[in-house]
Amino acid sequence: MSTMAKTSAGGAGLRITAREARNLLAGALIVVAAGFVPLLFSGYVLQVAISIVMYTAFATSWLLFSGPTNYIALSTAAFFGIGMYVTAAGIDLAPYPVLILASGVAGALLAAVMGLATLRVSGVYFVIFSLGLAELVRQIMTWGQHVFGTMSGLYVTIDRSEPMYYWQLLLLAAVIFLVGWWIGRSRLGFALRIIGNDEVVAVHCGINTARAKVILFVISSTFASIVGALVAPRWGYVEPVVAFNPSLSFQVVIMALLGGTHRLWGPLLGVIPFTLLWELISIEFPDQTTLLLGVCFLLIVYVIPNGITGLVEDALSRRAGHGGPVGDTLSRGAHGVIGSVRTLLQGRKRHNA
Amino acid sequence: MPEVAAAEALSVAGLSKRFGGLVAVDNMSFALAEKEVLGLIGPNGSGKTTVMNLISGAAKPSSGEIRLYGESITGIGASKVANKGVARTFQLVRMLPGLTVLENVTAGGVFGHARRWGKELEDHARALLRRVGLPDAAGAAVSALTYIDQKRVELARALASDPRILLLDEWLAGLNPTELKIGIALIEQLRADGCTIVIVEHVMHAIRSLCDRCIVMNSGIKIAEGTPAEVLADHGVIRAYLGEADA
Repeated sequence: MSTMAKTSAGGAGLRITAREARNLLAGALIVVAAGFVPLLFSGYVLQVAISIVMYTAFATSWLLFSGPTNYIALSTAAFFGIGMYVTAAGIDLAPYPVLILASGVAGALLAAVMGLATLRVSGVYFVIFSLGLAELVRQIMTWGQHVFGTMSGLYVTIDRSEPMYYWQLLLLAAVIFLVGWWIGRSRLGFALRIIGNDEVVAVHCGINTARAKVILFVISSTFASIVGALVAPRWGYVEPVVAFNPSLSFQVVIMALLGGTHRLWGPLLGVIPFTLLWELISIEFPDQTTLLLGVCFLLIVYVIPNGITGLVEDALSRRAGHGGPVGDTLSRGAHGVIGSVRTLLQGRKRHNA
Repeated sequence: MPEVAAAEALSVAGLSKRFGGLVAVDNMSFALAEKEVLGLIGPNGSGKTTVMNLISGAAKPSSGEIRLYGESITGIGASKVANKGVARTFQLVRMLPGLTVLENVTAGGVFGHARRWGKELEDHARALLRRVGLPDAAGAAVSALTYIDQKRVELARALASDPRILLLDEWLAGLNPTELKIGIALIEQLRADGCTIVIVEHVMHAIRSLCDRCIVMNSGIKIAEGTPAEVLADHGVIRAYLGEADA
């Protein structure tokens, strides 16, 4: 190996600039402020707030992998379900914190296996496989329950208050943001951006593309599994149909796209309005949710391809009087995650050159 | 570097590549000395780009061996070949459209032969941008660049890892006469700086002025080898390009 290559070991790259310090401080303040929500609200408002932090954790961890690589993962439900099941299965055997860890490990292992199997091939195959994975795991779980148990589901009985769920998920979301920020400024993050732009160039730049993709997919999926572990006691009863519900995977993608996928905080801007909208839809049109989910998806892809983040940034730069945002918008739209989504919808091969 | 004594930078022995029934490269052997500039020429479809792909690891040879400073790099894969110190440009320029010009250059300098990061990497990339004639483009979007400027960025990216060997696959193709002069001058500069380069090219006057030595390919086979003047006067070569009647 080329160990003789001069490595600056991060060197100056490890130093935190003033701007970064300001962003970190702002992020910390937002988390602390968000921490007061359960002290001020309860009942329905707190329920919605819990949904918001949960989906923020989902969508942001989804973005960690899919954002830079443009590989659309529809596997959130699989990892969420695994986390739930590990927790439910072990609830009488081990302390809860251990189960949270175990859920993360189980998710990481599943992601590594899936990543090694599919991340060598690109694009469409990965999307289909990631979607099929949730179904596959669900079938295995259903079969396993028939063989090893008599009941159709598992009970998760530990005592946790609603504010506790909220704080746990908020903490996890904060950790995901920190990890995302760290990856974004690391070599790994840079490697993934290059891969997302042109995999052929990435390989010839010396990047072990399969390894980089698997590592990030594992990180991203581990977080989804941990959400499962955190949410399982709140649901109380876990069964395959609920734990591996594929519409979760789609909701997460839609929220991330609505927010915008080229900024770490993009999904957050999508999660808040979409969770509220989804509450409304679930109450007013309980029988048309799938249809309306599809409509939302198409509207986002074709009407606001760069998400709310894109709209905000364009508005800001227009006010600042730059002429540039148009070209910038185009390049983001054509080459980002949204480009992959459109390609999928139109059913044609994507050309990088 | 201490291991370089006799300085055979690259050696290719018995290299073949078959695509099903088609033999794209047939038993090619050649060597490249350090600081030498080797031209690989031949009619369209003669297998030049395949040779480049085999060296850079983009394709696996069916048989034969490729050695970089004595160490086999046969079939180890493109990313490892890049780590060992082979950098390349592409026949059709490949930009990273979502990255700035500077990032397009730094991309080449983080994971390859020489690995830099942080300020050192950025300074290095800026120096390379100056070297290829784009001192002020660092923050620009690549979509705003002209074709020749994109080619310059790609060249800077290839140079960013301090490669031991540089592969230029029709780097001059598609340039207009003015740009061509600039392009040739750039490669001349690299040559003067002591780079070891393999050039695949159709622009003959570039081959004449840039290459120490030339290998002519036709139908996957080496048909001539020598100085540019020698091979371009060779009857077999003229026949390969223009057909029997003109030879």
